[in-house]
Amino acid sequence: MYRYFSEIFSGLWSLIVGMRITLVEFFKPNITLHYPHQTVKMPARYRGHIELIADEEGKPRCVVCGMCEKACPSGCITLEGEKPEGSKKKVLTSYKLDFTKCSLCGSCVDSCNFGAVEYSKEYNLASTRKEDYHFDLLKRLEDRHS
Amino acid sequence: MTLTFLNIFIAVVIAIAFVAANAAYLVWCERKGAGFIQRRPGPTENGLWGLLQPPVDGIKLMTKQLMIPGGVDKIVFIIAPVLAMFPTIISFVTIPFSDQIVAHNMNIGLLMIFVFGSMSAMALLMAGWSSRNKFAMISSVRAVSQAVAYEIPMLVTTITVVMIAGSMDLMEIVHKQGGGFWHWNIWPLQNGLFNVLMPFSFLIFFICSLAETNRAPFDLGEAESELVAGYHTEYSSMGFGLFFMGEYANIVIGACLTTILFLGGWDCPFGLFPGVWWFLLKIYFLIFTFIWIRWTFPRTTIYSLLNLSWKVLIPISLFNLLLTAGLLKVF
Repeated sequence: MYRYFSEIFSGLWSLIVGMRITLVEFFKPNITLHYPHQTVKMPARYRGHIELIADEEGKPRCVVCGMCEKACPSGCITLEGEKPEGSKKKVLTSYKLDFTKCSLCGSCVDSCNFGAVEYSKEYNLASTRKEDYHFDLLKRLEDRHS
Repeated sequence: MTLTFLNIFIAVVIAIAFVAANAAYLVWCERKGAGFIQRRPGPTENGLWGLLQPPVDGIKLMTKQLMIPGGVDKIVFIIAPVLAMFPTIISFVTIPFSDQIVAHNMNIGLLMIFVFGSMSAMALLMAGWSSRNKFAMISSVRAVSQAVAYEIPMLVTTITVVMIAGSMDLMEIVHKQGGGFWHWNIWPLQNGLFNVLMPFSFLIFFICSLAETNRAPFDLGEAESELVAGYHTEYSSMGFGLFFMGEYANIVIGACLTTILFLGGWDCPFGLFPGVWWFLLKIYFLIFTFIWIRWTFPRTTIYSLLNLSWKVLIPISLFNLLLTAGLLKVF
């Protein structure tokens, strides 16, 4: 008889404890983000696809040494440059990234001696067409600085 | 008051509008409540705070195709969702919202509500049986065994209250509890009786109204993980919509009855600002508790559900009935 009542009261008490917890949570602020309207700030070490870094004038820092192209195990990177008349340095004319093959290994970023390549924080990538993942990084750089 | 055709018509329209608006917006409240308890915002996209969500959902349901699967018992299949909705609307006719606001008060109002309330179990049984679907069948059998098990302690508790008030008239029951919150039936001290079991009586009635409306943690009839969607598996479009609205309308009825029987109806705690808002405040507090409970506890099993009713609720409510009868005889 004692067990019967003690079970009822301990059960009832556990229900009250549970309800207290949910009531406290009810008045706490939201912890979710309202995704399309708000976005998460990606952490510093997040690896998106690579992106060129600009110098102070908005031109790419890249000197077209081709180390990233050689370092890439999957052959994702194709870059071209030319030497304008009267200049000592090469100037980048095209930097293509085929992101469909990229495994984000980071060898290109490690191999760059001029600090010209970085990881982007881009994570909203979705498409049904392969061509959408062939990025023209030089054009993206110009778009960012225009 | 003479009941003209116009009076009846207006009462029916108001009752349907009240039920439909409550059913629609309780879904919104439910989703918001679930959201806040789980620390997310709930519906926000349609309108301010997602307030346009219920009408948009209604339009979506109405534009869907009403499928009747082959091999079902057609007549019963079509009647079932209507039967889930219409007794709850009828029940509103006799519920007094305040001294003046009642569609038609009658001296057996309480009995009438229970008569129509027990019809909703019938609707679930008809839906499950006529669907010709194993899951729907099992679900309706569960729902009926649950309804039978929980109707007993609910009615026994109600008899206790009726004995104290000496009437089945809902108005009369509320009037007996008037004059300060210490006269409410929930407290041990009412009308000269000192019945310590009254708070437990209130708890029993509340638990039973949770179980009668098939709400979590007693929603075994629609246990998704076992029974797909339970008795309304085969229903689409507004057929499903009616079951859904019927469930929420039943919640409102349960909250109204609990308020009238135990919380003093429209009686205000300290005699301040008497009026219908006290009644609404009490029923919406109870409805919030319904939602709060749903998002706190996991679903019980059918065995513990029936054990709770037969081994705990029925003995305690019967004992309370005896005690109340004895106290009424003595004092």
